[in-house]
Amino acid sequence: MIDNNQKPTNGDAILVMKQLCKNYQLGTVELRVLREINITINSGEYVAIMGPSGSGKSTLLNMIGCLDRPSSGSYLLGGQDVSQLEDDDLSAIRGARIGFVFQSFNLIAQLNVIENIEIPMFYQSYGEAESAERAMKLADMVGLGDRMKHRPSELSGGQQQRVAIARALANDPLIILADEPTGNLDSGSGADILGILDRLHGEEKTLIVVTHDENIATHAQRVIRLFDGRVAEDTYNYHKG
Amino acid sequence: MFLFRFKRTLKLGVKSLWMHRLRSTLTMLGIIFGVSSVVAMLAIGEGASRDAQEKISQLGSRNIIVKTISPPEDKSSVGQQQTLKEYGLTYDDAERFRGAIPNVRVLVPNRRISKQALYRNSRISIEVIGTVPWYPEISPLRVKYGRFITSIDTHYKQAVCVVDEFVRKELFAFDDPLGQNVKIGGDYYRVIGISTAEKSTTSASQDNSGDNGGGANVGKIYIPLTTAQTRFGDTTLQVGAGGSPTLERVELQEIIIQSQSIDQVLSTRRSVQTVLSRFHKKNDYEIIVPLELMKRAKDVQRIFTIVLGSIAAISLLVGGIGIMNIMMATVSERTREIGIRRALGARKRDIIMQFLSETLILTLCGGVLGMGVGSLVPALVTYFGQMRTVITPGSLIMAFGISAAVGIAFGIYPAYRAANMDPIESLRHE
Repeated sequence: MIDNNQKPTNGDAILVMKQLCKNYQLGTVELRVLREINITINSGEYVAIMGPSGSGKSTLLNMIGCLDRPSSGSYLLGGQDVSQLEDDDLSAIRGARIGFVFQSFNLIAQLNVIENIEIPMFYQSYGEAESAERAMKLADMVGLGDRMKHRPSELSGGQQQRVAIARALANDPLIILADEPTGNLDSGSGADILGILDRLHGEEKTLIVVTHDENIATHAQRVIRLFDGRVAEDTYNYHKG
Repeated sequence: MFLFRFKRTLKLGVKSLWMHRLRSTLTMLGIIFGVSSVVAMLAIGEGASRDAQEKISQLGSRNIIVKTISPPEDKSSVGQQQTLKEYGLTYDDAERFRGAIPNVRVLVPNRRISKQALYRNSRISIEVIGTVPWYPEISPLRVKYGRFITSIDTHYKQAVCVVDEFVRKELFAFDDPLGQNVKIGGDYYRVIGISTAEKSTTSASQDNSGDNGGGANVGKIYIPLTTAQTRFGDTTLQVGAGGSPTLERVELQEIIIQSQSIDQVLSTRRSVQTVLSRFHKKNDYEIIVPLELMKRAKDVQRIFTIVLGSIAAISLLVGGIGIMNIMMATVSERTREIGIRRALGARKRDIIMQFLSETLILTLCGGVLGMGVGSLVPALVTYFGQMRTVITPGSLIMAFGISAAVGIAFGIYPAYRAANMDPIESLRHE
């Protein structure tokens, strides 16, 4: 089904969208949210997707995250066309290839740090010991080695977002997809999170961050600006290159 | 792998339920009451059924019991006071049965008289049964010490008697009754045997109020039928309902016929009916066939079980609806969690399993607790209500199965609803 063992080497195109459109039917009116999107993202890139409200950012995020299917056009993720897959296959792809980081952290309240990090592994074929060991390593990596048994409610916002990043890394995904990762954080914690993202970029992870925040855009290597459902601008920050 | 997944799902379910302890407990109560009522009702039903069947089978499944009853015409006519009422089974009837009915194995004519028995200073009311030596063959009566009446006793009309356990306890508190003399009526009888206490055979049939059978707590003394005939005669003085004395002449209170096999019971019964209807113009007898009673008891029992079962089933249904209600609330409350899990790779069936397992944990825990409570209730009923109850392993297995079925039946829809939520919508849900 999904062969996640073959890691793309740095520079390979891992995300290719061609003529991708998304329409919603609102009564008799057809709402064209995404219009002929053509994007190619290579492995190891740090991309910021920006744009004003209503520009189609969220819809594009859902597309990239395989939460939604395009109305037309194609979407190749890691060389596999995922645009017309069945629901169960999309779930499997999300689990194995996408690491989500949300604005509101989205940790599960009744589970502790380790258990939250383990969720994506639970839906893949990890053994019990393997899963626990990996979760502990990831918790350590984001600096929460001493809070493994804490519940989300016992953590600060910044700490919660770090758990979420560790969780996103659990299945070693192709893409880490972050939606306003600093939106709910004070500037200090936000800077921490951006630091972690920079570090991940340094480790040649592929990062896609959807944001309003121009500050994040300066961290990214490449900025894609959407306007009215089209790619309005696609620029590289050469200083980061 | 699979085991880990199972363990994790279970652990997660327990955790989620534990977060809402009060809610989970209240929900579970519905199932506890449902299952315990199933178990308790079945136990009470089963106890009642076994009681009835035991009583009936003591009468003997191959037996046909013909009893004397006072004819209804005589009871209603007020003018015939002080006259000699003559009715009931006769020695001739016994002879006719012996001669006319095929397939009869044993035939026992019995004479039953209520008397007082006296030994030293104690006096108790007893029932004297004039019977034949082969009486033990057709009844559950067993001689524990000594011997039963023999044909020699019968032939010489000996004044001997066999007392039952009850009489031994009441009358011979400290003495060994064997060889002692008991005074019954005007005469002394030597005790030759002690038998087990026979449960009153008459209590198994409902319509025997005219009998002198007495309740279960009347001791019985067995004497030879011939002795009873000569010593007591056939006439007794009865004080009627209006206080006016009547003389009654009844030769035999009952004749018990045992057919050779169960198959022949009904044909024998027909022959008995034919013979009796030829010679008895008055309706002064009744025929009791334990086999038929047993069949009827089983029918009644089946209806009883169905009624009890449906009441219990309704309470289980209500419990199930309660569970479904709570699970629907839980699902909508945890919409966001569902969205998160879906985004992190959970397939629809993973979500279904998660919520279904929660429902199953609730119902199975409720089922087990319900089995406990349901086993306790019959014990209390037995203790306080003096009713027999029997908990069969089958009823426990059934109760457990039902609670699992309720869990699946009422859990599947909420779980399905959860699985079919749109992940994008549910992630946005506050």
